[in-house]
Amino acid sequence: MTANLVNILLGGIFHAAILFLVAAGLQVVFGVQRIFNLACGSFYALGAYVGVTAVRAFTGAGGPPALFILPLVFGGLLVGLVGVVVERGLLQFVYDSDEAFQLLLTFALVLMLEDVIRMTWGTAPYSTSGLYLVYGQVTLLGARVPVYNLIVIGASLAIAVGIGWLLTRTAFGRIMRATADNREMAEALGVDMRWVYAKVFTLGTALGTLGGALVIPTTAAMSEMGIELIVEAFAVVVIGGLGSMRGAFVGALVVGVFRAFAIAVYPELEMLLIYLIVIAVLVLRPRGLFGGAAV
Amino acid sequence: MGLVATVMAVLPLLAPAYHVLLMLPFMAYAVILLGLNLLFGYSGLVSFGHALFIGIGAYTGAVLTTHLGVRSLELILLASAALGALVATPVAALCVRYVKIYFGMLTLAFGMVFYTFLLKFYRLTGGDEGMQVLRPTLLGQDLGGIPKTDYLVGPYYYYSLAVLVLAGLVMWRIVHSPFGLCLRTIRDNPTKAEALGISIVRYRWLAFVISAVYAAVGGALLGPPTGNVDPTLAYWTHSGNIVFMTLLGGFANFFGPVLGAFVFIFLQDTVMSVVPYWRLIFGAILAAVVIFAPAGLMGLVARRRPAEVAHT
Repeated sequence: MTANLVNILLGGIFHAAILFLVAAGLQVVFGVQRIFNLACGSFYALGAYVGVTAVRAFTGAGGPPALFILPLVFGGLLVGLVGVVVERGLLQFVYDSDEAFQLLLTFALVLMLEDVIRMTWGTAPYSTSGLYLVYGQVTLLGARVPVYNLIVIGASLAIAVGIGWLLTRTAFGRIMRATADNREMAEALGVDMRWVYAKVFTLGTALGTLGGALVIPTTAAMSEMGIELIVEAFAVVVIGGLGSMRGAFVGALVVGVFRAFAIAVYPELEMLLIYLIVIAVLVLRPRGLFGGAAV
Repeated sequence: MGLVATVMAVLPLLAPAYHVLLMLPFMAYAVILLGLNLLFGYSGLVSFGHALFIGIGAYTGAVLTTHLGVRSLELILLASAALGALVATPVAALCVRYVKIYFGMLTLAFGMVFYTFLLKFYRLTGGDEGMQVLRPTLLGQDLGGIPKTDYLVGPYYYYSLAVLVLAGLVMWRIVHSPFGLCLRTIRDNPTKAEALGISIVRYRWLAFVISAVYAAVGGALLGPPTGNVDPTLAYWTHSGNIVFMTLLGGFANFFGPVLGAFVFIFLQDTVMSVVPYWRLIFGAILAAVVIFAPAGLMGLVARRRPAEVAHT
């Protein structure tokens, strides 16, 4: 019984750790640039595919399997640079447009990236097979848990702390918060908005691609994984409150753990339950649990 | 307009059956978009969950024909409209309290609730395989004996055309009525509208419900040509696609969305006959429209009089 419970709980937390990364990317972009990026799920999928490719190339070239995490993380972060291209190439033209147009532009990205993935990697699932078990499993309260999952949870927590440090303790973090609060004033004080936006969007993208890369050893990459994840990330940010980092953290835990229990208890309810929570939060507390906070 | 109507009336006699068959989803989407644009173009609210109502219409047709033995398309359309309105009544009441991004998110969440329901409650809805739609009777005529293509390019084509024309006429009346004027006032200046005594929430709510009825009726028309409905009809990307169509044609013009549906359907077919990657090309088109031509194709054509270019 306990073993079962621990299994479900840790599964939920693992999922939450990944969701947090993607949702944090969504939040940082929304907080500073006021753009709700529907394509964050597509970045996640892109990171997953690049991660698998990097790991396969690494092991194919004779790299020790135990070090697969290095090419994985490197690939996931590197492909985050696609954010610069997207921001400079597309988004910079719509900062003054209506929200609907910004939303549709990110939807255009969703469409394009889905086919870019299909063209590059085909439609068959793509995986690193059981490589993640190279770190073995540990027994926690009777439940057997892959060590890799614990590493990912730890990494996600470390990134959460890192983002908090970036936002509150660094000059760039102050500039980000100032921009989120009052763009004109920040600009008047000499902040080059183009540079800030390019960096923030790339940060948001890299969080998403890293999330995709980290999840992929435990599952298989599929071209639809992006559009499926965005609705979960969307649930996370709505529950937590748009633009709030603490919100992303708590929202990810809520969605991850609820989903894990729903799957275990009554699978039909899986996502239905999550969306009902989303609607309840939007109706009762539209700013979310932690809404209103800057970034 | 007369010319377009004439062409559409004689099309089945002249054009190859394949193109006539493509006109069927076009007409269904045209009905859906006429409704969607009451919300998007005339009220300034962007719904990312209207596929919910398309799904309701499509599944109403499926359930009625396969489980309940109701084969009359008139009854199916009426039931779809009624169910669309019934579901939209509370949904709209909750959604119209918000605008902009929150409105979009709430509609998206409702759409996904219905999608998940369709997907997970396998015994009721057939899960991801969806449900069959049996051939409906038109105006009491049982046309079960004729080959499927003849049925679709003949009676069903004209039936859809009649529904589209009727839907268009009704919508024309709606947007040119005082109600339509109030919606535009609310869109352009909500504070002033409220000061003039217009109940913003009630007008938006009614616009939402009307657009939901249109989406349900159009959704019911989508089922019979393929003979099958599945949950992707209610998926959020489908909602995105119909907003895309509206923008492509031009949301500031009454006929813009209809043109958008036409171009979308036929261009998609053309592209897919060459390469399977229609999303890449359409994504690029959407990005180009958003950046360079936010008023859509109609905006490019009628650049001389940008009369009612909306909330850009």
